Amino acid sequence: MRIEIKDLQFSYPAGVQALDNISLIIESGEQVAIVGQNGAGKTTLVRHFNGLLQPTSGEIKIGDWNTRKQSVAKLASRIGYVFQNPDEQLFSRNVKTEVAFGPKNLGYSNEQVEALINEALEMTELSNETETNPYDLSPTWRKMVAIASIIAMDTPIVIFDEPTTGQDAANIARIANVIKTLRERGKTVITITHDIDFCAENFERVIAMAKGKILLDGKANEILGQEEILATTYVDPPQLTRLGKKLGLKSTIINEAEFLNSI
Amino acid sequence: MAIVNLQNVTYKYPLTDSPALQNINLQVKEGEFLAVIGPNGAGKSTLCYTLAGFVPHFFKGELTGTVEVASQESSKSNLSEWVLNVGLAFQNPFNQISGAKFTVFEEIAFGLENTGVPRDEMKVRVEDAMKLTEISDLADRSPYSLSGGQQQRVALTSILVMQPKVLVLDEPTSQMDPIGTREVFGVIRTMAEKGMTVVLVEHKVEWIANFADRVVALHEGQIILDGKPREVLTSDALLDKGFGISRYTSVARKAKEQGLWNKADLPITLGEAVEGFRK
Repeated sequence: MRIEIKDLQFSYPAGVQALDNISLIIESGEQVAIVGQNGAGKTTLVRHFNGLLQPTSGEIKIGDWNTRKQSVAKLASRIGYVFQNPDEQLFSRNVKTEVAFGPKNLGYSNEQVEALINEALEMTELSNETETNPYDLSPTWRKMVAIASIIAMDTPIVIFDEPTTGQDAANIARIANVIKTLRERGKTVITITHDIDFCAENFERVIAMAKGKILLDGKANEILGQEEILATTYVDPPQLTRLGKKLGLKSTIINEAEFLNSI
Repeated sequence: MAIVNLQNVTYKYPLTDSPALQNINLQVKEGEFLAVIGPNGAGKSTLCYTLAGFVPHFFKGELTGTVEVASQESSKSNLSEWVLNVGLAFQNPFNQISGAKFTVFEEIAFGLENTGVPRDEMKVRVEDAMKLTEISDLADRSPYSLSGGQQQRVALTSILVMQPKVLVLDEPTSQMDPIGTREVFGVIRTMAEKGMTVVLVEHKVEWIANFADRVVALHEGQIILDGKPREVLTSDALLDKGFGISRYTSVARKAKEQGLWNKADLPITLGEAVEGFRK
């Protein structure tokens, strides 16, 4: 499902302008990472997609819906949003109830709800924890519960806000796997991240933001090598990109396979 | 001379069956910068709590073995004495900032107030500590109006002002953006260079590779490796256990299998990777 943003301006009530004239199209099935320093407007931007924020001026269309004309509840059928901190999102007594909440509220039949829950739990490796209280799980696994509860809604668009923060390598690999599966199913995935190596390894398109504006937007290997421009929004190129540059490799390297092929 | 000395330390949280720490033997020399790595659930935070005396004084459960800092035994001291031995900076500064104070200056003075330091001395120590962490300009701000990186530096400063013998940091940058991370590691590095004993729990192996004197790898409550950063961070024993491994190390390991890396040692820093791949 296509996201179309036209001339978006947003100021917080105190007058701080957080988004400055943003126009952007994200096509159906794209995998997009949004990077940039804190305060660049990344979260403010994506919170416009599901109607949590309304533009001061400009328009946002999710498919054929204008976000000004739809409720947050209705937009939730098209956009799933995984919060940075799972504890801001989880409230049920056990994992299964938590994961069931979204699809039930979207009006799926009981059989469909059951199928969606099982699929989401399988993708997040939580099938054996259905009866567990989310707060008896480690923060790492609570993150996976939060992800499962959003995936189970089967929305065409899924947004992750800083999915790798505080996670160990094993869980980062698990999250990357979930994103890969969503891509294979044709979902649009939009991720805000500071983890630039994770960004390089899992996303085709990168948008770099600074001070409420879009600084760079393009294919990952066109964007991630632009060291000077990225530095203005305090983003370092990925480790292997830096290594490739130092070795004088001609093309911008963003992952292991590319690196091993070019040396 | 070892300032930290853990002998056969095993600890079980209340109502749990398996120990969070198992037979830990660990000595840290005065002035050493030790990094601790491990996947989530390996026992890293529990180790921090044990060093800081929260185990056994706050968390009950079952502790065996001995925990000594500066030749004092933690189970025989009380927490108010122990804060002068070990200062612990929490993973999340929100959990540490008292909430009782309106300005950064007062927040940093809080610990000194509670240990009965005279007013004149307190003022000097707070000012010195703020200079060290470069937050003097934040003195009159509310701790809650600051960015994450600034808050983390305030939290760190409020520990440093106590002048503990050992500084323990539990993933001090886990919630931080790259600027905040750089700021906080800058302070830690300064402290280490000034000769403070530092124990740092951290996932960001690139920083460890560049700064730590020694690395301990924890897995399922046990120390599985203990040595120089290179030995530990390039060890095959870390593979498939959820440890973070630098991209430089990983790519060189693969290159080695294909005959594209000819050095005996795998790299842990960008500089080493550049040098090794150039030849």
